[in-house]
This record gives sequence, C-alpha cells and structure tokens, in this order.
Amino acid sequence: MTNKKTLIVITSFFTFIFLIFFKGLNNSNTYKPSKSQNDTIPKFSAYSFYEKKIINSENIFNEKKFYLLNIWSSWCLPCRDEHPLIMSLKENKKLEIIGLNYKDKNKNAKKFIDDLGNPYSRILLDNDGTKAIEWGAYGVPETFLIFDNKIIKKYIGPLNPESVLEIKNYIK
Amino acid sequence: MKILKIIIIFIIIFSSQNIKAEEKNLQNKITKNLRCLICQGQSVYDSDSEFAISLKLVVQNKINQGFSEKEIYNFLTDKYGEWILYEPKFNKNTYILWFLPLLIFLFGGAIVFKKFIKFK
Repeated sequence: MTNKKTLIVITSFFTFIFLIFFKGLNNSNTYKPSKSQNDTIPKFSAYSFYEKKIINSENIFNEKKFYLLNIWSSWCLPCRDEHPLIMSLKENKKLEIIGLNYKDKNKNAKKFIDDLGNPYSRILLDNDGTKAIEWGAYGVPETFLIFDNKIIKKYIGPLNPESVLEIKNYIK
Repeated sequence: MKILKIIIIFIIIFSSQNIKAEEKNLQNKITKNLRCLICQGQSVYDSDSEFAISLKLVVQNKINQGFSEKEIYNFLTDKYGEWILYEPKFNKNTYILWFLPLLIFLFGGAIVFKKFIKFK
C-alpha cells in the first residue's frame, strides 16, 4: 500500500517538474517588459545636435503622424549596420525620423552622419544616457515607433529587413 | 568675530557633507536593489556598464528632485517592468514565490513530526 502511494507521489512529482520544464524551456528567454504598463512617451527636454538649443519633447511629437525615434551612437557597430535601413525609411512622407545620439562625441557623430547620410529630421543629444532611461531603453541601438504620443512598437537591437517591413505595414 | 565666522563656515561645510552622505547612502541602497538588465547576475550598483552608469545618474537626479525611494521604484518599474527590482512586490503573480518556501518548510516540519511520533 505504502509502495503504491510513494509511486504515485514520485510520478506526479516528476510529471509536474517535466511539465514546468517542457513549458519553460520552450519560452523565449529574452525578457521584454510588458507593454501594457505605460506606453505613453516620456516628457523630456534635450539639446539639439546642430543648433545646440534646448528642445522640449512636446514640440517634437505634436503632429498627428508616425514618428520613429532611433537611439544611435557612432561607436555602436550594429547602428552602422542598421543605418541603410533607416535611410530607406527616410523617403516615406508619413514618417518622421528622430535621432537620439547616445553618449557620443560630437565630432565622431558628425563624421558618422557625413559618411553614411542623415535620415533624421531632427537629432537630439543624450550625453549622459539619462534620456534613454526615460524611454525605457537598454542601450544602443533601439528604435521606437510612435503615434499619437504612444509607443506602438519597440525594437531592441538593430533593425532588420523584417522589422522595416513591419514598420511600413504600420504606417500604410 | 573671526572665530565665529570660522565656526559658521565649519558648520556649513560639515552639515552639507552630512546631507551628501545621506543621499549617497540612499542612492546605494536603491541601486543595490535594481537589477542591471543587460548584465548577468549583477546589480546596478555593482555594474559599470553604460546602462548601469546612466541608471545610477538617473537615481541620483531623482533623489535630488526629492523623489522618495518608493517613487523611484515605481518610476523604474513603469519603464522596465517588475523585473528590474530584486525584491519583487507582493501581488497575485508573486504570491506563490513568497509562500512556497513557507509551505515547504511546514511540509518538512510535518514529515519530521510524523517520524518523531513514530520513533517515540
């Protein structure tokens, strides 16, 4: 009788563990914060890249169209990779691309733009990385698709052709 | 008169240092409870990654702006989700986490108790 009991306990214990692993190991382990919590864009002010004037975020994302905020840096290699893709989005009239230059030297950033082209209608400076934190970013590169002061989609890491296609589908 | 001035200057210097130290303590306490999301197994306090450096700065700025510890945690969980806190909040998603050790402890205690009675 006791043998049967232990057998049942042991088998149910192992099936329980098996089920947890079976479910858990199939899940992707890249963590993304849940989107529903707060997807309104943060309010902040930053220096602009060329004029060195303070710009308020409310004056940037105020129109009823799609915005793409791209956090980039000249020292970040994936940013170099994704740059042609962002350039390809530049022609789209429904989309305005804003750059956030993350912890960069001004000289290097200018060289980056001169070498690879400028897809941004406006570039803001984030010298100490605090503005990126306001956006809930992890590092560079990171891209946010914004409409009506809401973050619709967040891309952690460099954009790829699929994500560009996705962005084009959103703004269609 | 001169002595009085010197004393006043000393008082000002030391009192301001005291405030600075308290702020630093609070900053350290908060950053020790924050997970550095891009590092493995490190707190923001321990890490020197770009992300952690910026986050320390943000916490310091928030303290200077007069945010309380709880408000800073709320601000960061808003941006990054619950995962950034080492000590998870008590809610419907985490009650198993909080109670499981207690249950296991009671279960073990029950087994020991049963054995003990048998032994007697």
